[in-house]
Amino acid sequence: MTLTFKDRLDLTTIRKQFPVLDQSVNGNPLIYLDNAATTQKPLTVINEISRYYTQDNANIHRGIHTLAERATATYENTRKSVAQFINANESEEIVFTKGTTDSINLVAQSLGKYILKPGDEVLISCMEHHSNIVPWQMICQETKAILKIIPINEGGEIIFEEFLNMISERTKIVSMVHISNSLGTINPVKKAIIEAHKLGAKVLIDGAQAPPHEKIDVKSLNCDFYAFSGHKMYGPTGIGVLYGKRSLLEAIPPYQGGGEMIKEVSFTQTSYNEIPYKFEAGTPNIAAVNGLNKAIKFIESIGLDEISHHENNLLLRATKQLNEIEEFRPMGTASEKASVISFNIEGVHPFDLGVLLDAKGIAIRTGHHCTQPLMERFNVEGTARVSFAIYNTLEEVDQFIWALNNLIKKLI
Amino acid sequence: MSIKVRQEEIIEEFSLLEGDLEMSINYLIELGGQLTSLPENKKTDDFIVKGCQSKVWLCAEEKNQNIFFNADSNTVVTKGLVSLLVRVFSGHSANEILNEEIYFPEKIGMGRFIGSQRSNGFSAMIKQIKLYALAINIKEKNE
Repeated sequence: MTLTFKDRLDLTTIRKQFPVLDQSVNGNPLIYLDNAATTQKPLTVINEISRYYTQDNANIHRGIHTLAERATATYENTRKSVAQFINANESEEIVFTKGTTDSINLVAQSLGKYILKPGDEVLISCMEHHSNIVPWQMICQETKAILKIIPINEGGEIIFEEFLNMISERTKIVSMVHISNSLGTINPVKKAIIEAHKLGAKVLIDGAQAPPHEKIDVKSLNCDFYAFSGHKMYGPTGIGVLYGKRSLLEAIPPYQGGGEMIKEVSFTQTSYNEIPYKFEAGTPNIAAVNGLNKAIKFIESIGLDEISHHENNLLLRATKQLNEIEEFRPMGTASEKASVISFNIEGVHPFDLGVLLDAKGIAIRTGHHCTQPLMERFNVEGTARVSFAIYNTLEEVDQFIWALNNLIKKLI
Repeated sequence: MSIKVRQEEIIEEFSLLEGDLEMSINYLIELGGQLTSLPENKKTDDFIVKGCQSKVWLCAEEKNQNIFFNADSNTVVTKGLVSLLVRVFSGHSANEILNEEIYFPEKIGMGRFIGSQRSNGFSAMIKQIKLYALAINIKEKNE
């Protein structure tokens, strides 16, 4: 018998795997709606970190003793899991980094130095996170390349015709967010990659928000690079992934120098290790890498289709109820949208909303969400943002709306 | 009423709330609501306090060798916070403002209910008040 979605998704069981959710905050049961900032961690991830330090702790790759062998095997096993998870051709195309920001900086510096010349252009969109803006500003300044910004419409979607008008043979790199952390917009990255490749540009996708919500297939996307973080997909902080096509990873220079990334070192000349190790200087965050593997297993144990279905239900329920609030002003109403709602309540500063909801045990995010140019685009100082994950319930959505309505009554 | 007595008053008022976060914030909002709003022409970069997450404008005026403060914010919670400082410092001499120890934020557990980022903003407001006092002090000595 095939199980239906409802049979399989047992939220009580899922929530039990997240001990942090089982607590009171300021006298109320915690309702955690700040998942776009970071998700909570299931017990399997937490236990794996503890298990590694309790049983296997050793430095990886060069040790010949048993612990080093075990640590290396587990670490490299994660690389295989990640490769399968995003459908990469081979595990050598997976580089472990500190996070999405680190991955983007790596590409900006290494690819940038490799291909950018004065007058060349780098295209990013108006909705990028600062971590997909500043690294490009830095390398453009260094190489005298020009950074161009793809505009977005009122709904928070890339104006694709404008993108097509802007892209040219001078465009060497396109770096675009897959799912906007501030708007929830799911960008048409596959279409953008096809167009960029027609003109010979390389494409990096900032996937920080995407892997916990939808299936990532780098082969089908045909992106040149894809960056994401462990901590936004139920994994530990301090671990990220950079996927890169083998030919490009081999071609571009290393990002940082040190141990692990070398083949041979002398004072006159150093030869670099093979990919991916060429980009992994120094002892990595081994425990976090192992934790990331468990996070992937957690996501796979539920299934991205089920996760996406559930999160969409939460999004629909919240959006419907928010739309009934007279003062509700959404920012980002794209037709393709992930489970993120950015909004303002007219007459109430988002900061006050955040403080007062926190007093009710409801964690939301307020501010510019590291997307100040986007806030400027919409002419707002900041927004309040709720973002959902697999463990959130429809009841939590209702409680959030109830609390919000009470605050509005009090403050307006 | 001295700066010390005003601090003691605030400590006593907040002690009645027994550390309840929501009640404390509601009380702050109430206090902020009683603070006279600054006219729009004072809500400029000249009067803004840097270091605050929300916007705070702080003005000082000297009358009979005492300094009087008025302040405003674009958020009701921060306006409540700044109202406490206006209450504590307003109407005192530059010397008093510069030399008096400020201990009420810790005693009312402000760090717990306003968080570290807002604590930084709060420290910036106190610093700005002391800078005003310092400027007036120097001006008085030079006269």
